[in-house]
Amino acid sequence: MNSINPLSRRGFLKGSALLGGGLVVAFAVPGAHRFAMGAENQGNVFAPNAFLRIGNDNSVTVLLGHSEMGQGIWTGLTMLIAEELDADWSKIRVEHSPASAADYGLAGFGGMQITGGSTSTWMEFDRYRQAGAAARLMLVDAAAKRFNVAPSSIRTESGVVIAGDNRVTYGELADDAGKLPVPDPASIKFKEAKDWKVIGKPTKRLDTPEKITGRAKFGMDVQFDGLMTAMVARSPVLGGHVKSFEGAEALEIPGVHKVVQVPTGVAVIADHYWAAKLGRDALKVDWDLGPNAGLDSQNLLESFRKLAATPGAPASKAGDAEAALSKAAKSIDVEYSVPYLAHAPMEPLNCTVKITQDKCEIWTGTQFQTLDQMIAGKITGLKPEQVEIHTEFLGGGFGRRANPTSDFVAEAVEVAKAAGGPVKTVWSREDDIRGGYYRSAFLHQARVGLDADGMPMAWKHMMVGQSIMAGTMLEATMVKDGIDKTSVEGVADSPYLAGMINHQVELHSPKTGITVLWLRSVGHTHTAFVMESLIDELAEAAGKDPVEYRRTLLKAHPRHLGVLNLAVEKANWTAPLPDGHALGVAVHESFGSYVAQVAEVSQDNLSIRVHRVVCAVDCGIAVNPMSIAAQMESAITFGLGFTLHSKLTFKNGEVQQSNYHDYQVLRLNEMPVVEVHIVPSTDKPGGIGEAGVPPTAPAVANAVFALTGQRLRELPLQLSGV
Amino acid sequence: MLVKASFQAYRVIVLHEQASLLQENNVVYSVTPLQNTVSLRKFAMLTLNINGKDQELDVPADMPLLWVLRDVAHLTGTKFGCGMAQCGACTVHVDGAPLRSCITPATAVAHGQKILTIEGLSTDGSHPVQQAWAELDVVQCGYCQSGQIMSAAALLAKIPKPTDSDIDQALSGNICRCGTYPRIRAAVKRAAEIG
Repeated sequence: MNSINPLSRRGFLKGSALLGGGLVVAFAVPGAHRFAMGAENQGNVFAPNAFLRIGNDNSVTVLLGHSEMGQGIWTGLTMLIAEELDADWSKIRVEHSPASAADYGLAGFGGMQITGGSTSTWMEFDRYRQAGAAARLMLVDAAAKRFNVAPSSIRTESGVVIAGDNRVTYGELADDAGKLPVPDPASIKFKEAKDWKVIGKPTKRLDTPEKITGRAKFGMDVQFDGLMTAMVARSPVLGGHVKSFEGAEALEIPGVHKVVQVPTGVAVIADHYWAAKLGRDALKVDWDLGPNAGLDSQNLLESFRKLAATPGAPASKAGDAEAALSKAAKSIDVEYSVPYLAHAPMEPLNCTVKITQDKCEIWTGTQFQTLDQMIAGKITGLKPEQVEIHTEFLGGGFGRRANPTSDFVAEAVEVAKAAGGPVKTVWSREDDIRGGYYRSAFLHQARVGLDADGMPMAWKHMMVGQSIMAGTMLEATMVKDGIDKTSVEGVADSPYLAGMINHQVELHSPKTGITVLWLRSVGHTHTAFVMESLIDELAEAAGKDPVEYRRTLLKAHPRHLGVLNLAVEKANWTAPLPDGHALGVAVHESFGSYVAQVAEVSQDNLSIRVHRVVCAVDCGIAVNPMSIAAQMESAITFGLGFTLHSKLTFKNGEVQQSNYHDYQVLRLNEMPVVEVHIVPSTDKPGGIGEAGVPPTAPAVANAVFALTGQRLRELPLQLSGV
Repeated sequence: MLVKASFQAYRVIVLHEQASLLQENNVVYSVTPLQNTVSLRKFAMLTLNINGKDQELDVPADMPLLWVLRDVAHLTGTKFGCGMAQCGACTVHVDGAPLRSCITPATAVAHGQKILTIEGLSTDGSHPVQQAWAELDVVQCGYCQSGQIMSAAALLAKIPKPTDSDIDQALSGNICRCGTYPRIRAAVKRAAEIG
């Protein structure tokens, strides 16, 4: 992008008339020049690399640099633009933007275009509002010139500029506005919160009409003339590779065109999915299973235990925990563990690739466009900017579609390259469950000493689990002194440890051959379970009510306290319950948001039944309360899946699960009633896509303890028959 | 859950039985030489009534209806999620009853039976289930929703005022990883009111 000064430390706006009429406003991002791609601003002709287009037909099109995967960003970021633009909401349309770090990169991610880490709303809170505000200023200026009045005498509402008795729509002004200079963002004054009409208003999703009629296009739905479908036979053991293969029988399947070797296995390329699948079934592949052929979950856990007995890398330390423990009035010594988990989004992974001489076109649901471009560029020998990504709706992501190796994109590019024509590479559900990239298993061992009042005074905490960041391009920024922040988040920075003089958190990050990846709420998936269960154990040991105990420990943490108090109040913590029911509570901060949940459970023989989850959330400014409620419901469902069911195990190097019958997730008949209460706040927005997940498992585990006296320290929770 | 699963299996068996009576007329046998053996490969010239229109389709006889709909008829609203009737994303109606199209060979759908997909439920999202879905802002990623909506529509056609237990029975076979379950339950009840 030739108009960006690479040394500029702050973002700036640019705008121009849109080819075909209208106004475009775009931004540049500090850091994005590293991924800057090609010239695009040539005179008044503007390529659609922008956040916002206003057409002569009054349409307002938001070009979303973030990927919609269910979290509601399609609507949320659009609300930010609409707020400052005074747009007519009924005229708003949204599209996924082209992939372009130069236009859509995020300073917080080194200038890359990515959707992840529950960052979209807070990272874009200013930029998308600026887009709307800048466009509005330009429209006002255009109207001021047209009617020869001062801009200050002009007001705007619902897509119309009002200058005295003159009313003119944005569409009518778009051409004129596009010829005006774009305001410096530093000069833009945002509306005051008290004047917000859109932000904070429960707003329905803009993608609903497409998604209830089957019209919404996901990566899986990409079809065009000449497109073939591929399935890849991958090693049954992670890290294995092809020794030799025999494809003749696969080629006999009608509709199968080619059988080719690719770095990840053998691809069968066919007219459609069914032929590709039958072809793959007919393949004979001799695998070198490689070094992981002996992987076994039970042995892995034992090896984690052995490591836990040795000193780890220090993640957080104060005073002398060991010495203090010897003076404790009482202490507990416990072990917690969680298994490997697959993301299992409803849409199996897929990626469509068409390579021509000077371009690699990709259609897929991805969370990580910039990296996909770089990796596809490397494979094809093209420059990243020659890799054109059409982001389709994601049928769930949960982190799986943002991979530092871009595995499913890279493989599809290899397949298309080998096929010599456009190919959609499709994973089966079995491929998805067995295809690697999991939440790591983790082992926690903790010794906590209590003082005479039953309050914790010394805490030793050992964690063992694989590092997501080690070995990736993110290692340099995310791993410091042997500590992958995502392994220890929620423990090392726990508010319970912050005020404790003697504590010590250590980490081992073994390499096992299993490829690991962030899964919705990342380290907090296990750290919240451990910490909030442990706090309950301590309260029990101290003979205190778990809510009162937390209130005492969290007295210097008002936002934790705020959600805790709201959740227990709304759940009627002290009110009598039906016979055979019990409540459990948990509170946890993650991604800049605070969430407390109270779970009500009962048991049916050895099955745990969750009846109700009352959830309180403080995410700062609540941009779209409707979407926040949906994300809390979503997070609780996701959390309950791995609290009650999901578990991935290895035997002889192979993943033992394959589909939803043996890798179980939550189903509708198990879904509790969920109530969501949002704490009113003027704090800056926090993340909302993940923060609801962490408290669910411990709230349920604590309720199960209250009900049965069984302290379950392993996920998924399993009652014993005693 | 178990009740639901067996119910689904039963539907499939019934369809297979019906289809077997008609397959002789529909299936074309062709002989393909394969190395030293000769194997029978079946192709089917099918007439399927999809969303009210008869379509002549030439497909492998074992091709699941799901892939006939998606890859041959290019109706991509019906989704692939598991391939083994575990998730319900592929749910369509055959003569009004919900069917997991991912495990049902297209040849098992008898001539004259009416297949309804999400594209045919309404052309404009006006079916009461779709209206209720929009009203309660049910969808998230949306991938499972065609299947959810088809299961819900079939339930309401059979039981106009379903109880919670009816809803459990009819919809627990449809997985949603985003967790739209509470809104699905509420929307089914709302759709029953809209009628």
